[in-house]
Amino acid sequence: MALDPGAIRADFPIMCRQVHGRPLVYLDSAATSHKPRPVIDAVTDYYERFNSNVHRGSYQLAVEATEALEQARAKVAQFIGASQDSEIVFAKNATEAINLVARTWGRANLGPGDPVVITELEHHANIVPWHMLAAEQGIDLRWIPIRSDGHLDLTDLDRLLDGARLLSVAAVSNVLGTINPIRQLADAAHDAGALMMVDASQYTPHLPTDVAEMGADFVAFTGHKMCGPTGIGVLWAKSELLEAMPPFLGGGEMILNVTKEGFSTAAVPWKFEAGTPPIAEAVGLGAAVDYLNGLGMEQVREHEVALTGYALRTLNQRYGDDITIHGPTEPAERGGVLSFEYKGIHPHDVAQVLDRSAVCVRAGHHCAKPLMRVLGCSATSRASMYVYNDESDVDALADALADADAFFIE
Amino acid sequence: MPDLEDLYREIILDHYRNPRNRGELDTPPAVRAEGFNPLCGDEVIVYVRLANGVVDDIKFGGQGCSISQASSSMMSAIVKGRTTEELHRLNRAFKSMMSIEPDPDDPAPANGNGADIKLGDLEALKGVVKFPVRIKCATLSWHTLIQAVEEAQTTG
Repeated sequence: MALDPGAIRADFPIMCRQVHGRPLVYLDSAATSHKPRPVIDAVTDYYERFNSNVHRGSYQLAVEATEALEQARAKVAQFIGASQDSEIVFAKNATEAINLVARTWGRANLGPGDPVVITELEHHANIVPWHMLAAEQGIDLRWIPIRSDGHLDLTDLDRLLDGARLLSVAAVSNVLGTINPIRQLADAAHDAGALMMVDASQYTPHLPTDVAEMGADFVAFTGHKMCGPTGIGVLWAKSELLEAMPPFLGGGEMILNVTKEGFSTAAVPWKFEAGTPPIAEAVGLGAAVDYLNGLGMEQVREHEVALTGYALRTLNQRYGDDITIHGPTEPAERGGVLSFEYKGIHPHDVAQVLDRSAVCVRAGHHCAKPLMRVLGCSATSRASMYVYNDESDVDALADALADADAFFIE
Repeated sequence: MPDLEDLYREIILDHYRNPRNRGELDTPPAVRAEGFNPLCGDEVIVYVRLANGVVDDIKFGGQGCSISQASSSMMSAIVKGRTTEELHRLNRAFKSMMSIEPDPDDPAPANGNGADIKLGDLEALKGVVKFPVRIKCATLSWHTLIQAVEEAQTTG
């Protein structure tokens, strides 16, 4: 059954808000999604009823909190097709998850000249950790270029992967919306003897995720873009990799034993979760997974394809050559992220004018400066959609855009 | 919300559409400085040529929104021909109009806080204060100018 955005909107308390006296038109879900009532309630419920520190507590509250944290882990594992709950490592966000891989697996396994391959459409979160390893350990960072249609240019893939140790790619571009051929890339990486990491931050919230089907070795994503709280992200990795990787941060929770001479690490995944974890946030993420399962991820994706198609048609028909929408033109080949340029007006100014109509879009480089350089601009305006958006939001965007003319077009 | 007309005043849009002093200068004798706004990707490049403590010529380049471009244009117009001391007073007066606290390391002379100096066209940017996110757009060019002037003075 198709999603009913009107009914879904009623689940999100913030949708009742007015901005500048007008109903909220939220088109910035690629930055962060809103939270449905069940997620907010789960976090509140945790603090009101069983707040306590997890693990090692022998009293009832601590037992309940530990169970809730581990249940959330199990929900996330099931949501992405992980074969074991222990393959789910909780992190602060996707950025931390990627850094965890760079700092642990990368430091232990990469040396001078070892190639790590990324693409031109990556978010800074999947660029800077590798730049840091290049500076510290001399790895050779290689880039898969993109074509003018927003897809990766895989012409030289074999050459780029020659000798590579890791291929790390965003499953969906946060600027262009491009859905990358992850399985094909993973197979090519494995054929070349490299491991495959997927930045699924823009994928997991929007499409059914199956880490086995992806063929990945590491998958990173964040909770707050998929109806969950901020402060909780996920690293999934194959058990044997996690077992072999050295720990990340040192401290409580991640140890088996500590003496004056040294320490030994806890079992996976706790080995990577030093300190008190984000318990309420994990519980909230578990509730977000339940919520999305209730909608059905197939339906979430169908809705996105239909709405993206409507947005592309509406904006192109209405504004023709006055608007340039970056990225693939086929809704089936992209997510609901529309980066656009309108009449040469700077995105900051576009976003400022749209705000007057309570239309929330993001303007800037979207943490993808190398991609901006390839696109030949310093910034874009970006409208991004989710389960609570419908055609009326697209219409509001299209209407409000024309207001910019009054200021900027002579 | 504050009116967009307060932000996008006609004189600002005029500087945006017809920027004064856009271009480059030969370095040396001019000095070049780059300023970035890491939040939005705006960049401003300022070229300054000093002669006997006076801004002999100034050009700017880069990419940015109407506010950052107009501010660069207005800044270049007002500092041209001024002494570096006047330029610093203008900077302080402008930052103060933008509700930015004076830099504690800045040894502003008692009479040089800028209160007495005329901001001219720059006054039009006053409305930016009502849109706090945009203050950085308006001040980027001034930060970059000060950087360029300091460099020009240290390199002699």
